[in-house]
Amino acid sequence: MQTTEELKAELIENFSFLEDLDQKYEYVIELGKKLPMLDAQFKKDEFKIKGCQSTVWLIPEVAETTISFRADSDSVFVKGLISLLIYVSNNQPKDDVAKLNTDFIHQIGLGNYLSPTRSNGLVAMVKQMKLYAQ
Amino acid sequence: MSFDVHKIRKDFPILSQKINGKDLVYFDNAATTQKPQSVIDSLSSYYQTINANIHRGIHTLAEKATAEYELTREAIKNFLNAESAEQIIFTKGITDSINLVARSYGGVYLKTGDEVIISTMEHHSNIVPWQLICEEKGAILRVIPINESGEIIFEDYEKLLSEKTKIVAIVHASNALGTINPIKEIIKKAHRFGAVVLVDGAQAASHLEIDVQDLDADFYCLSSHKLYGPTGVGALYGKKSILEKMPPYQGGGEMISEVTFEKTTYNELPYKFEAGTPNIADTIALRKAIEYIQQIGKQAIATYEAQLLDYATKKLSEFEQVQLVGTAKEKVSVCSFVMHNIHPQDIGIILDTEGIAIRTGHHCTQPLMNRLGLVGTARASFAFYNTFEEIDKLTFGLKKVIKMLS
Ligand SMILES: Cc1ncc(COP(=O)(O)O)c(C=O)c1O
Repeated sequence: MQTTEELKAELIENFSFLEDLDQKYEYVIELGKKLPMLDAQFKKDEFKIKGCQSTVWLIPEVAETTISFRADSDSVFVKGLISLLIYVSNNQPKDDVAKLNTDFIHQIGLGNYLSPTRSNGLVAMVKQMKLYAQ
Repeated sequence: MSFDVHKIRKDFPILSQKINGKDLVYFDNAATTQKPQSVIDSLSSYYQTINANIHRGIHTLAEKATAEYELTREAIKNFLNAESAEQIIFTKGITDSINLVARSYGGVYLKTGDEVIISTMEHHSNIVPWQLICEEKGAILRVIPINESGEIIFEDYEKLLSEKTKIVAIVHASNALGTINPIKEIIKKAHRFGAVVLVDGAQAASHLEIDVQDLDADFYCLSSHKLYGPTGVGALYGKKSILEKMPPYQGGGEMISEVTFEKTTYNELPYKFEAGTPNIADTIALRKAIEYIQQIGKQAIATYEAQLLDYATKKLSEFEQVQLVGTAKEKVSVCSFVMHNIHPQDIGIILDTEGIAIRTGHHCTQPLMNRLGLVGTARASFAFYNTFEEIDKLTFGLKKVIKMLS
């Protein structure tokens, strides 16, 4: 199985084939559309992470030593970014997820969507992922 | 002066920037406006030539800085057609102005069971200060409802008014919808019940001619950064008889006449409300912004912006997927909209790739969004330096949004 770091490298590689910002955004949106929607039953307050603009729902699936996530958002773009975060943390050792570094989003060329000053709910989502992994 | 948008644009250096390789299209003017060169120059010139603390110094620089600072007060007095300059109090902005009135006036004149009336379309800064003081005083906050176009329902306002009404606080023009409220009539009705009226002029002052005497406003709030001036400065106009009977808001230097440990007597208007060293440089630069606006002329600005609004409204209406939010008869140049099955934030993200800056979200008017049943809107707001070509770029951008997102 690939490690978080290997998965990140794979994503960076995938995105490097996309020439401009438009293509990268299109790809993220594609991923966002593909990520399965959460059933209404999961869209409750305990899973809700409120951003200033969009809402994220994050559900952890915790095993003995590993963790995975399912998530959703009302913004497709945010959902695309979520799918990247889910991808690199899927079935990963909790320790690795607990110290997940999100610089790869920047390296992919998607700008600073995860910088702490962004108000899109993603920063809070990453924080919550780490908490669940502890 | 004839209106020449291309000449005007040259006065705003930021507008010639590229964003993501595209010409910047700045349609976020309701959040903050860009600054003309004269304002930017004034800021650096102040620090290079006359920086000194104002009012107490007897040296040359202190006198120069004080004189310049007071010239801005004079300029605002004229801008609002206030009776006198001492009725113009400098603040940090609208939020600060409203908090001042809520604390100082509300603190003394609100009693248990009294009522404060606001409207559904208020900005959080014209809601929360009233909630705080009402809670403290046991007073009640009443809210004027709106209709589907985003206009207040006047009859309902009249029904809310009573002997219990002490304060009416209302936005002149809505930042989220653009609606211009019938302020003069609102004030007239409130006065019949002896209530005072505070007007939030954040979005109105840059677009409309403001005459506080004609409106008969008791308080009128301005924000420099929405008026092509620097951030961190605002003003509060108040009727003299009211300001005089209000206690100070904050204590400190400048606002005092004499301090002993037993008792402090307060300075006269407007200094009574201006504790501490103010934001001198930005206040001085604000005058340049006001002069800039006056040089173009409010009438010319209003006419041109109305054309931009009409054009944008027409262009946006052509999209099947677009629904305009806020269709009041009287509007400032704010175009709020939602798109079918597309989250406002996604609209903003895609438009940004085209260099187009709009605002998305609740615009600090969450109760309004709740009333409209929306999580937020996308909002394009225009200033006199925007062009019809830029609106065409917005249309192009929205086609891209639809292509990528639906
Ligand atoms: C209608 C309205 N009221 C109040 C404010 C707050 O103004 P300020 O930034 O000066 O505190 C704004 C600006 O966001 C506004 O649009």
